[in-house]
Amino acid sequence: MDKILKLLEDDATLTASDLSTMLSKEVGDIKNIIEKYEKDGVILGYQTVIDWDKTDREYVSALIEVKVMPQRDRGFDKIAEKIYNHPEVKSLYLMSGGFDFTVIIEGKTMKEVAYFVAQKLAPIEFVTSTATHFVLKKYKDKGVVYKTQEIDERGNLAL
Amino acid sequence: MMDYNSLLSKTVLDMKPSGIRKFFDILSEMNDVVALTVGQPDFVTPWHIREAAIDSLEKGKTYYTSNAGTTELREELSKYMLRRFDLNYCPKNEIIVTVGGSEAIDIALRAVINPGDEVILPSPSFVCYGPIADMCGATVKVIETKMENSFKLTPSELKAAITDKTKLLILPFPNNPTGAILTKEELEALADVIRDTNILVLSDEIYAELTYGRRHVSFASIDGMWERTIVVNGFSKAYAMTGWRLGFACAPHDIAVQMLKIHQYAIMCSPTVSQFAALEALKNGDDDIEFMRAEYNRRRVFILEGLRKIGIECFEPEGAFYIYPNIGKFGLSSEEFCERLLYDYKCAIVPGTAFGECGEGFARISYAYSVKHISEALERIEKFVNTLK
Repeated sequence: MDKILKLLEDDATLTASDLSTMLSKEVGDIKNIIEKYEKDGVILGYQTVIDWDKTDREYVSALIEVKVMPQRDRGFDKIAEKIYNHPEVKSLYLMSGGFDFTVIIEGKTMKEVAYFVAQKLAPIEFVTSTATHFVLKKYKDKGVVYKTQEIDERGNLAL
Repeated sequence: MMDYNSLLSKTVLDMKPSGIRKFFDILSEMNDVVALTVGQPDFVTPWHIREAAIDSLEKGKTYYTSNAGTTELREELSKYMLRRFDLNYCPKNEIIVTVGGSEAIDIALRAVINPGDEVILPSPSFVCYGPIADMCGATVKVIETKMENSFKLTPSELKAAITDKTKLLILPFPNNPTGAILTKEELEALADVIRDTNILVLSDEIYAELTYGRRHVSFASIDGMWERTIVVNGFSKAYAMTGWRLGFACAPHDIAVQMLKIHQYAIMCSPTVSQFAALEALKNGDDDIEFMRAEYNRRRVFILEGLRKIGIECFEPEGAFYIYPNIGKFGLSSEEFCERLLYDYKCAIVPGTAFGECGEGFARISYAYSVKHISEALERIEKFVNTLK
């Protein structure tokens, strides 16, 4: 596995120059490698992890289990497309086990999420059932623990 | 009324307390200080290591271990020394698990020094060697390493310091505070100087895992040096485990057996819970070291460029996590420089004099901090030095 990917996955703010230092490679090479990853769709985007509960944004998120009837020829993909095209849908996974899709959605209020499920998700053709679970508290997301920065308690005694 | 001055040990009464105690006392009472002073990683011990320690407590492993440490840990240490440094030590009688690298230094010095012996100590260096050697009745001969030599000990300096009383050479590389390292060729040149003597060597390699650009070479791996060298290492810096207080010493059997006597009377054995943590670190911690090293390296380059941009002359450190800028041109003593930076700009760095008299004109800056924190400190240092130009 390329170390560049692992480092960028953990911290997307690392610049090509940072990476060149950390990996002892030429800056130009790093830039070329990243460009190629972007072109090939290996790197799809760069985002920031935000604890919205600490802001004044009204915010709620939910995980929805969706069961569907797969379509002939196109399996689950066509239905998936109909689901993920809604901007409220933040993540969509095809699952093994008791249901077919996990849909993670974000909305302002529980009412808004309920409305989305009832009016937009459930009526999609071939969707046979949904079960909505609201997120009460996020402890960790995308590898980041939701906590305030800790005070530096390291002792100064060690020279 | 007890007259303590006449009651207490003369040697200890004469021992100077750490020179910058006062400085740290001031620092601890100030708010909003951006400090670059600590000599320990800012990472938390990796979770799998902490978990192994917790697991050992849950299983009730709260007993003493054998004096030298658990058999399993010493066996793993033996493999580690071979894997990383190409060194062979018998886990049964050539490895002692100690309370930090500090204890390993202490028992090594006490095991080899007779009163009147001379100990050669390159300076600036970590603060403990001199006082402990003093306690053992040794005469410490300081060799001041120089910036123009990249703070390395040179063969000619070493040769000049050797007398027929020389017992021990201390090699504190990678070096705290300068960040200097010694390459294989440089170690070989030093080895040539002492090869035909009976001089022993204490090689403090606590920062062995933190070198940038090239792998650390142990002095004991140089031809003919194994049998005269005590290697000190530990878990604090490599695995971010300072608070666990776990280190180790590797030495030829005849030396180790004497060191072990002191260890068994003074310490009994190192903390059992820490030994279980260390075992996990050695077995599954190589990736952790690599990750932390890469991160320190980024900061190293960042702070080196930052200081040079401000117009502060810096030797490029190749090991540990310190940088040792030359602040002599600003016309203040190291202590004045650091105190004014602290009082007026609320930024703390350590005066070079804390690490030996030859530290005058220098300061130690630790980069075991986030880039954001270092960046803020650099801004404050820049504002300060602009008033001195």
